[in-house]
Amino acid sequence: MNDALRRYPALRAWLLLAPSFLWLLLFFIIPLGIIVVYSFLQRDVYGGVIWEWTLDNYRRVFDPLYFKTFLYSLWIAFLTAFFSLLFGYPLAYFIATRPERIRNALVLALMIPFWTNFLVRTYAWLTLLRTNTGLINVWLMQWGIIDKPLPLFGNTFAITLGLVYGWMPDMILPIYAALEQIDHRLLEAAEDLYASGWQVFRRVIWPLSLPGVVAGTMLVFIPSLGAFVTPAILGGGKRLMIGNVITNQFLGAHDWPFGSALSVLMMAVMLLATLVYFRTGGERAGQGGL
Amino acid sequence: MTAAAAKAARQHRTRHWLRRGLFVAYGFLGYAFFYLPIVILVIFSFNDSRSVSKWSGFTLRWYEAMLQDHQIMLALWNSVFVAVVSTLIATVLGTLAALALERYRRFPARLFADITLYLPIIIPDIAMAIMLLAFFKLSGIGFQTWKVHIAGLRLAVPYSVIIGHVAFNISFVAVVVRARLAQMDRTLDEAAQDLYATPWRTFWRVTLPLMMPGVLGGALLAFTLSLDDFVITFFTSGAGFNTLPVRVFGMIRKGVTPKINAVSSLMLGFSLLLVTLALLAARGNQDRKIRMF
Repeated sequence: MNDALRRYPALRAWLLLAPSFLWLLLFFIIPLGIIVVYSFLQRDVYGGVIWEWTLDNYRRVFDPLYFKTFLYSLWIAFLTAFFSLLFGYPLAYFIATRPERIRNALVLALMIPFWTNFLVRTYAWLTLLRTNTGLINVWLMQWGIIDKPLPLFGNTFAITLGLVYGWMPDMILPIYAALEQIDHRLLEAAEDLYASGWQVFRRVIWPLSLPGVVAGTMLVFIPSLGAFVTPAILGGGKRLMIGNVITNQFLGAHDWPFGSALSVLMMAVMLLATLVYFRTGGERAGQGGL
Repeated sequence: MTAAAAKAARQHRTRHWLRRGLFVAYGFLGYAFFYLPIVILVIFSFNDSRSVSKWSGFTLRWYEAMLQDHQIMLALWNSVFVAVVSTLIATVLGTLAALALERYRRFPARLFADITLYLPIIIPDIAMAIMLLAFFKLSGIGFQTWKVHIAGLRLAVPYSVIIGHVAFNISFVAVVVRARLAQMDRTLDEAAQDLYATPWRTFWRVTLPLMMPGVLGGALLAFTLSLDDFVITFFTSGAGFNTLPVRVFGMIRKGVTPKINAVSSLMLGFSLLLVTLALLAARGNQDRKIRMF
């Protein structure tokens, strides 16, 4: 045995890998396979499955009732990525242009809310946004700025805000990493050639930070599309996302084949987004080297 | 310089400083956005009324109520137990996998192993949660409980929860340890072997101590993710088992009270502690590098 190990490095490598690989095979790959198989089966009345192949579950996904929810989730994920970029990019730029000591402190200060439990952060917004007893409405009415509560809760605004709050650090950090690496001589060269501030940004800084932008967008878009906690709490039970519908199929309606089909479709969209990311990310990174 | 030129220069400077000022103000606003909700949450955990939006004086009664709530204390210890056990397993497994992938360039099915290890990071927790639920229901394994006595409480932790936590933590540990291994100077390993150290001795005396900051960092990340996880626990626990986030979710559904703020503040305290530890581990990371050269 020892002899064999010494002679074949591949054997050593696989021995090291075996425990984690087996764990993931049993508790990740096989479960994934089960979901894919389930999505082609029929439900029985007791919440189990009947082993007869069908495409009905996928057909039902396109039933307007569910497809609307699917489109709504895509819309929310898009909004979340968009606003995270809109507000996160300047913040990443702000951090990257500070002196080094302050910069490190600022990055750390960004990590602390990020390491805080997601549920806790969502709950914090619940206490701020609730329609009649939420802090924002209570204060605005106390100060006489508004007469009746603003619709801040149980709508697209609340869900998007909660998701932006939860995932924006995922946007800021890769953009910051890209901005930090930019060679300052390039900016000076651009200025020497009489580029205006806007031109320097548009022609030099933005293209060089693009890999960070693409990475950040993916990192925000994917978890937002699969959101479950945020719509459950801030949607007030009125606005559902695909994650909530899947949950209902598995824990409530007991239609596992349909829930599986929804999950497979959701994962397919995410896989597609990841592939797009690797394609554009790879190309841009090549250009970034100038 | 003419007066007109001087005026133009002054205007230019003013505009420059105005822009910088606005930018700094934006930075402050950004951080206020991240911190204010959390700060307000903590403040109202000390509020002497049932409201979480009208301040009526300082009290610690919500913390007392939390400590006396048997369900919350049970959930707290469940959380800690699941986090400790799953972190231990995931750290060992993830570290071994990192060694294999970082130290051996070529072996059969390397790409497949690599992808398998990355997938749990990419796939959203809701998808992983239902996959595991379907697997445990179908196979019939996992819902048995591990019975333990801690702090005068009787815990009954389903194996399914621990298995699920290990499954998503292995990948994160492997990524962190791999990053550390990639930075490490391999000539040190070779030097040890040149000095006739056996592979085992080289591993225990050189490789492991050098990669330790990475292993600790990975373990801390795993511990944090495990404590934070709500979705996978919620789906894989079956009925009646609560970790702290699952309990908080249940409480939120019943209504908002400062008691939830108190539990949230406690969880926030945990997170702060872990960030501090992670920072110390990262510092150890740098120290070792310097000391080696």
